[in-house]
Amino acid sequence: MAATTAPSAVRRTTKQGMTGDLTKKFWATTIMWLMVAVYGLPVLWFLLSSFKPAGELFSYPLTFFPKHPTIKGYTQAWTSFDVAKYFVNTLIVAVSATVLTIVASAACGYALAKYNNWWVKLFALCILATTMLPGEVILAPLFLVVRDLHLYNSLSAVVVPAVITATGTFMFRQFFLTVPNDLLEAARIDGSGELSTLLRIMLPLSRPIMLTLAIFSFQWRWNDYIWPLVVLNDPGKYTLQIGVATIVGAENVNWSVLLGASVLSMIPLVALYLVFQKYVMNADINAGLKD
Amino acid sequence: MVDSIQATAEAPGRAVRRGPEPARPRLLRRRGRPLNRYTAAPLVLISVNLLLFITFFVWPAVTGLLYSFTSYTGVGDAPYVGLDNYQRLLNDKAFYSALTRTVTFTAGVVPLTIVLSLGTAVLLVTDYTKGKSVARIIFFLPWLISPIIAGVIWRWMFGENFGLVNFVITSLGGKEVPWQSNANLSLFVVIIAAAWGGTAFNMLLFVAALKNVPTAYYEAASLDGAGAWAKFRNITLPAIAPTTFIVVLLSVLGSMKEYALVQAINAGGPGTANNLIVQYIYTKGFQRAQIGYASAASFVLMLILMVIAIVQLVINRRKES
Repeated sequence: MAATTAPSAVRRTTKQGMTGDLTKKFWATTIMWLMVAVYGLPVLWFLLSSFKPAGELFSYPLTFFPKHPTIKGYTQAWTSFDVAKYFVNTLIVAVSATVLTIVASAACGYALAKYNNWWVKLFALCILATTMLPGEVILAPLFLVVRDLHLYNSLSAVVVPAVITATGTFMFRQFFLTVPNDLLEAARIDGSGELSTLLRIMLPLSRPIMLTLAIFSFQWRWNDYIWPLVVLNDPGKYTLQIGVATIVGAENVNWSVLLGASVLSMIPLVALYLVFQKYVMNADINAGLKD
Repeated sequence: MVDSIQATAEAPGRAVRRGPEPARPRLLRRRGRPLNRYTAAPLVLISVNLLLFITFFVWPAVTGLLYSFTSYTGVGDAPYVGLDNYQRLLNDKAFYSALTRTVTFTAGVVPLTIVLSLGTAVLLVTDYTKGKSVARIIFFLPWLISPIIAGVIWRWMFGENFGLVNFVITSLGGKEVPWQSNANLSLFVVIIAAAWGGTAFNMLLFVAALKNVPTAYYEAASLDGAGAWAKFRNITLPAIAPTTFIVVLLSVLGSMKEYALVQAINAGGPGTANNLIVQYIYTKGFQRAQIGYASAASFVLMLILMVIAIVQLVINRRKES
């Protein structure tokens, strides 16, 4: 919209205004690219360092580009640190939590948007309250609950408590509020049951929301650290973040392996983001909650 | 049960909830039939979340509160000790140090994050910049990187005798800066890293808000001869105020419970100087198995978070009116 008004404004302005516009463009673009450098540089430096052989990492003077590029850090991380195992564990957690989160959030969000019972409204408040009581705050008692449910040291202990999210539920609620009630009423008159209306009419409409929430949920679970750390005990069940953290926590940090493992752990999310970019960037997350 | 019908009757604008034949469900209810489609369907739909809510929020919240009055260690019985845990907590220097460190951290991160995320959002929305599509991806990259990895990245940048930053400083003739062994500089690195990592999500919120500001306002202001800064201050900022409020609230709550990032950068070091509050709870509860004591600390943290949220809500209300 802004784009359509800008040319007409330019046309109306005098020659001086045009040059003013140009300087503005120049400065704004310069500032933006400086910011890009600030945000991108740490990652770029990290990436380039990961291709340096171990001896070159600390040899002064540091060079920006690796002199003898190698992937030894990566192969070493893959073989000596069980990265493959951590990858599989994290993938299981992230995928199953994402699927369950979408199902639970879509159903609950739909109920919150389209039914007016007092207890549904009360439950909406309860869900909002969960943002005030995040897992970190009730870490110890939450751990006891998981232990008493005999979930301790299993991947499901990471997945199940994460299924309920206020963000996801409210993303769906906001979306279903925008779906006209006439549609629902028409389906009812045609004799469609409540649940089959949701399954056959409403859910297909909400595909963009599903994809957005899928990416969000996948990111949350992929990057989770403290909760998996608390409930997983067996190194064979560690997720990537815990795995990387054990390398960081070692007495003498093996930077070559650490750099390789870190970069490897970032790849799936970056790839996922590049594919589904538009669903993240256009996300109407005015519900304004995050997990 | 009857309330649900009254509620729908009160909101006649939302005809759907009344259903096609509003009289029938009412009659059925009177005859004592407990469930109809307008009760059963939402009940089924919220059941999963309801079950999870009770199991993973109500249950731990209640037992946590109860345990905070005991000296429970995770096994055996939980001897009642009254307010002892809270008294010990309020006399514990380490707790205060963790708390003040957390507040300092939050006070540093939140303003920086707001400025950076609003700045990048404005740059991504304005017509004056070129190459937005690439810039957007780079700005967003930190969101994809987990706090642990982000910590590793910044630890690598600010390594005392191997980091890029110190290398640049010494190359320019400066002295090596003790980014790791000085407590305040250490916290500074964490603040930079947290702002870097927290920008992307808030930027997304700001971009959505900025796109929703009606362009007519800007055109009218231009006709009145308003400059760019005047427009930003008098049109943009008031228009995006609700989003700013949410961003501030979420950032404050988020930084009050930061853990993973600090863990990866310096593990709360040097020593225990930069232990933040969640780390304090984690250490007490899981490394020393003082579940009762850790629960008490949890509830103090929750109380603080609630007070922060309420204060911000009140300030926001007052501003709006």
